[in-house]
Amino acid sequence: MVLYTANSALDTGVIAWSFYDGTGKTVHMAGDQNDPPYRTGLDALLDGWRLIQASPLISHVSGDEFRTDYLKYEFFFEKMIEQVVQMEGL
Amino acid sequence: MPKPALLSSEQMAQFASRGFLMMEGVVPKRINDQFLNDIGKVPESEISDPMSYYGKVMGTSAIPVVNAGVPLSEAYPDENAITKMLALPKVAGAVKSLVGDAPSFDHHFLHMTFPPSFYEASSRPQASQHWHQDSTIDPRQAFDVQIMYFPHAVTAKMGGTRYLPGSHLRIVSEAAIGRYQNIKGQQFVTCKAGTLLFMHMGIWHGGGLNLSNKVRYMFKIRMCPTERQERLWDTSDLGNDHHEQRPIFWTGLKGKTNPIHEMLTTPEPWFEYDTGRLEYINRVLFWRYLLGDDSFDADYWLTRVENEYA
Repeated sequence: MVLYTANSALDTGVIAWSFYDGTGKTVHMAGDQNDPPYRTGLDALLDGWRLIQASPLISHVSGDEFRTDYLKYEFFFEKMIEQVVQMEGL
Repeated sequence: MPKPALLSSEQMAQFASRGFLMMEGVVPKRINDQFLNDIGKVPESEISDPMSYYGKVMGTSAIPVVNAGVPLSEAYPDENAITKMLALPKVAGAVKSLVGDAPSFDHHFLHMTFPPSFYEASSRPQASQHWHQDSTIDPRQAFDVQIMYFPHAVTAKMGGTRYLPGSHLRIVSEAAIGRYQNIKGQQFVTCKAGTLLFMHMGIWHGGGLNLSNKVRYMFKIRMCPTERQERLWDTSDLGNDHHEQRPIFWTGLKGKTNPIHEMLTTPEPWFEYDTGRLEYINRVLFWRYLLGDDSFDADYWLTRVENEYA
């Protein structure tokens, strides 16, 4: 799960989100939900998600201080799900 | 020919702030019907998958094949539905207000979004289109306009174009934003037949998931200015208080304020706290560009950081 927040603090509001489900049990795609799964990043931690990556804070390039581009505060979370996998030939 | 109905200053400020203008049902039925009849119909029995359908429609369509760079006024034959659409006073006025008297044609494309039945025989799963910004990284202040023409009614089930108001001033590289799936404030086109969406080239968008039983059509035309885009709209309604500053932060009981300042400083639901302020700054810079007047500001965002002494 990827959450994008309104500033670099995990306890601010979620403004964008994505799900990529490695179990294949659910399929998610652009525009499939209107409401964020959690109000804040902290709420996701409280629900058992583990934070595995946060976007760094990057200095602003001189002369380009007002430029905006990608969503700035990106947090990757994971949740481990137990799954039985049938191995061929075993 | 009736006179083009130019955009008002408030419409232009909305375009500067949010990156789009919607004209609901502005194209009459006779033009929509002609367009749908002319696009090239393929019997359903010949449909095997989306790509072959595209090929067959393109081979039979009355939509002309046009070289990039020709004047828009020469891109379509006289009796073509698009010629008639572009001649409607509100449409001609919006084009003139945004890209001037003699825009050039960039490209056009008939977008089709297919229902689930088209994917049954295909190995490709049905999915919505990733978020993207068209073309490539484009840091200009000059801007191109894309008209999205919805010739038939679009219901929620048909997966109308998804777009993100206020994203047009973000400088990103096309589908590099495809990682994002949902963004607060995202919009989905549902509309009457004959609706037009005028979009700044930078708007983030993507095709939706069509869960109806009909193909959804959207025709997009990109056009480029051939002149400086300065005061091309009807500026006669710019109020005397247009350059006046208003109280900020400690505002008391807010009375009526200048609607253009209001638009330029209204956040979108997805704005980050800090870059949201940069969006206001970029909107003011864009409005200055449209006015041809670097003395304009709203809520002191630029005046404050321009206060330098040699």
